[in-house]
Amino acid sequence: MRVKRPKLTIWERTYLPQILHGLWLTLKHIPRRKFTRRYPEEKPPLYGAYRGAPTLVKDPEGRVKCVSCQLCEFVCPPKAIRITPGTRPDDAPDADVEKEPKDFVIDMLRCIYCGYCEEVCPEEAIFLKNDFAMAGYQREELQFHKEKLLELGGVQEDSIWKWKYKGAPPPDAPGADERKPLMHTDIHG
Amino acid sequence: MIPLLLIHLIKIACVIGVMMGIVAYTVLAERKICAWMQDRIGPNRVGPLGLLQPMADGLKFVFKEDVLPHHVNKLYFTLAPMIAMVPALITIAVVPWGSQLVIPSLSPQPIQGVIADLNVGILFVFAIASLGVYGIVLAGWASNSKYPFLGGIRSSAQMISYEVCLGLSVVPVFMHAGSLNLVKVVGYQAQHLPFICYPHLWLSFFIFIVSAFAETNRLPFDLPEAEQELVGGYHTEYSSMKFAMFFMGEYAAMFVASALMTTLFFGGWSLPFAPFNAPAQTLGVGLLHIAVFLAKVCLCLFFYIWVRWTIPRFRYDQLMALGWKLFIPLTLLNIFLTGVVLALIGK
Repeated sequence: MRVKRPKLTIWERTYLPQILHGLWLTLKHIPRRKFTRRYPEEKPPLYGAYRGAPTLVKDPEGRVKCVSCQLCEFVCPPKAIRITPGTRPDDAPDADVEKEPKDFVIDMLRCIYCGYCEEVCPEEAIFLKNDFAMAGYQREELQFHKEKLLELGGVQEDSIWKWKYKGAPPPDAPGADERKPLMHTDIHG
Repeated sequence: MIPLLLIHLIKIACVIGVMMGIVAYTVLAERKICAWMQDRIGPNRVGPLGLLQPMADGLKFVFKEDVLPHHVNKLYFTLAPMIAMVPALITIAVVPWGSQLVIPSLSPQPIQGVIADLNVGILFVFAIASLGVYGIVLAGWASNSKYPFLGGIRSSAQMISYEVCLGLSVVPVFMHAGSLNLVKVVGYQAQHLPFICYPHLWLSFFIFIVSAFAETNRLPFDLPEAEQELVGGYHTEYSSMKFAMFFMGEYAAMFVASALMTTLFFGGWSLPFAPFNAPAQTLGVGLLHIAVFLAKVCLCLFFYIWVRWTIPRFRYDQLMALGWKLFIPLTLLNIFLTGVVLALIGK
């Protein structure tokens, strides 16, 4: 291939036309709209499949969904999860129905946000939500315990009737007509 | 009535104070303008609109560890930043900031708007400004390490080459004004027109600007500290306040170059209409003259910054070829042509 080399005039060979053009270009950019996001005040938009910090969720009736099967602990690649299994309190109306973790610790310094725990969970009790700025002054502050994880997770407004009905809920059950497969938009709002 | 010495000391304090203030804010302006040109916002965290950023920078420099590498020549290593910074502060002495300040309660005579009313004005500036190269050469040599050394060599070659162009390029201005005294040069422009309005001085102006860029080591001629090739150039080994002094020295030199540009070509404190075309008779007008001067200097500083974020760096041989093969013959030709023009218009 032959590159065409245009013959430059004397005026062009002084570089001045290009320099002036460049000066005009940079000047034009000064009043333009800026792309910078003023971060702590202005959060970036997060989309459906965003994987932030893992959190524990409660079902619409306020029960802890985790049954401490420890699958997530087993699957976690960096071994960030540590579960202490336990039972539901004896005075709870649904004691002895399922187990519940006594403590559930996620070491946010080790977590790699891979989402395997969410994928493996048979109870749909752990979700990676939108929190992404994890910071603390002490290492201990980043050991997220059960209370903290439940607080971050909140209530999952899904329509799984595991505790209430065996099999499919009756047609007149509240919310039964809205029953649908769980979508990412349900999780992340 | 207070003694003349005290008045001079006050003037010096004011000039240095204002100058260092402008230097600090030029750094902020540089960062802001560069950000705007790149569609960013720039520093906006310290104070409203980031206006306190220079204080934060200064504080940071003070608290940084002052590393003195064991392989350096300690005396020259410490001396170099001072030598780099001081010439810029001295040369501003002969640049008139305003016409005169009439304050009868302080002194019976009007106070001159310049610290030193020297008859050799511009020669003094060039003589002192050329000392600035020693700071950089010393820094390069005393650092005893290869990148600063290369930076120092480049810098000395560059500054010595462009000093010639710088000096020769302004000769036509003084041929026209008939004096080397900067106060008289501004006075002449106040009575007539700023020299930028005379077409036979445009070449002078252009060469002076380009040489001033080279002389102050600014892009597109910042070869002494070409980051991609020389790490930090002559200040690679410097840290903390020693580095800050090089930094301030560079911006102070920019300020002086802008002040000279203003004085020689844009008419200093004057504007071609009343009350800016004659020395001030009242205090208010005197202060306005100073404001006009500073505004012009700030415009020149903006031009410096604007060019820096537009034009890429020249290669070393291009820089030398431009200086020796093009600018020196052109300046000589320009002096000759100006002589012809002055003879024709009968001065």
